[in-house]
Amino acid sequence: MTGEPIIQLRGVSVRFGQQEVLTRIDLSIAAQETLAVIGESGCGKTVLLKLIVGLLQPTEGEVYFEGASLQSLSERELTRLRLRVGFLFQQAALFDSLNVFDNVAFGLRVKGGLSEAEIAQRVRDRLQEVGLSESVQAKMPAELSGGMRKRVGLARALALDPEVMLYDEPTTGLDPIMTDVINELIVRTRLSRPITSVIVTHELRTVRKCAQRVVMLVPRVRLMPNDESQLIYDGPAAGLATAADPRVRQFVEGSAGERITESNSTD
Amino acid sequence: MATTTPPPTPALLTTLTHALVALGDWSLFAARVFAGIVRGTFRGSELIRVSFEVGYASVGVIAMTGAFIGMVLAVQAYGQFHTLGLDTSLGAVIHMSIVRELGPVLAAVMLAGRVGSAMAAELATMRVTEQLDALTCLGVDPVKYLASPRVLACIILTPLLTVFADLLGLLGSTLICLQVYEIDSYHYWRHTREFVRVWDVATGLTKSVIFGGVLSLIACHRGFNSRAGAQGVGRAATEAFVLAFVAILLIDLFMAMLANAIYDLFWPPITPRIA
Repeated sequence: MTGEPIIQLRGVSVRFGQQEVLTRIDLSIAAQETLAVIGESGCGKTVLLKLIVGLLQPTEGEVYFEGASLQSLSERELTRLRLRVGFLFQQAALFDSLNVFDNVAFGLRVKGGLSEAEIAQRVRDRLQEVGLSESVQAKMPAELSGGMRKRVGLARALALDPEVMLYDEPTTGLDPIMTDVINELIVRTRLSRPITSVIVTHELRTVRKCAQRVVMLVPRVRLMPNDESQLIYDGPAAGLATAADPRVRQFVEGSAGERITESNSTD
Repeated sequence: MATTTPPPTPALLTTLTHALVALGDWSLFAARVFAGIVRGTFRGSELIRVSFEVGYASVGVIAMTGAFIGMVLAVQAYGQFHTLGLDTSLGAVIHMSIVRELGPVLAAVMLAGRVGSAMAAELATMRVTEQLDALTCLGVDPVKYLASPRVLACIILTPLLTVFADLLGLLGSTLICLQVYEIDSYHYWRHTREFVRVWDVATGLTKSVIFGGVLSLIACHRGFNSRAGAQGVGRAATEAFVLAFVAILLIDLFMAMLANAIYDLFWPPITPRIA
């Protein structure tokens, strides 16, 4: 952990039409840090993740990658930057028309510089790294289970040897065993290479197992009058249960409390 | 204390503004698509796959549409022409209608329904399942990678399918005229050759190229801008067809006027002089 921030969000706000999702977010992520972003559905976690890789543009504020504002980059520079970032999407986002091999090889072919034999070797290595055998290479995404899709998605993201890995709810919809498998893969990925990881999740097992630092976001509708930011917790995973803010403790305990009736939810 | 509130924007003005914004967005989208076509920033295998879907898989429905329209035209027109004793002119009128108007328009409308809606639904599903975002993350512009081959395939194949629809239309109408109504074949074909010119075929095929480009651009644009969920995908598919249908009719009118104006410019009509 520690070191110069590789990713910084300064005063970032995001609005979709009339609906403001994120308001003046300030966040720094150090190189080789593993950060978990937690919060209830609809609080803007995924939006925050997509800002980092330039899939969404902030309405206000700036996103910096290694000190360079993403807004100042040309399309070509932004593409080069994206190839340094791996993204595991919530439903894996495998390309339906391509088989597993071609999915994992996709980024390598786009980037260029490798022969087909080298690409095949890299694909085998990455699939092996996520615990999949060669027999899966010819399968189409529709033939895979949820857990396998996540593994292939991770292999595809890791194929380009990224410096930053972004995980969008990597364990959502998986059974407890597969959840632990994916958590273990995230930890191994971190240990096997110098990589910065940002994990968006509301799965506390993932947070406890993988994250060195946790930030919690609250939806704008749940902000208190004295809240300075939507980020109401920033610290180690161990401190979540004893956090000063009752909303953090409520999230950790998973208690409905007064929320049994939703009067102003955005969900 | 009285406060002044700004007058509400008229609904018509809001609708017009939205329409202009959408048209501007579509134009920028089209520019990106054509940039992709010019630079060839897509896989050849994707172009082949889409071409198969647009061309080969549409042959049946295009053939049926062309043949039946030709036959129906012959059946409907025969009564009036027979009363006037102009049976042998039926071929000229029907073939002219098919080559200039019905062939290109109906082929394009069928493609908008069969291919355009499917394209919009496929791309919308890719958007909803974040596959478009995944492409961007892997260093690929999804518009150039996915929309460019689809638009190119439609631009190439719509005129070919139109030729096919025209031929089947001619066959269908000829079958009814010559076999069912037993019109004299010599005069039937002679009148057809006299009236149907190369110019008519050329304008019909030029229209079909534009129809193919526009219907596929509308379909891809709707797919890329789909809203979330199953409802968003369904809506994208419906909008792709409805907008393409309206666009085809408008372009057809505009192109008919333009073609007549150009023809009159190069071959001015001869006005009879009264002595």
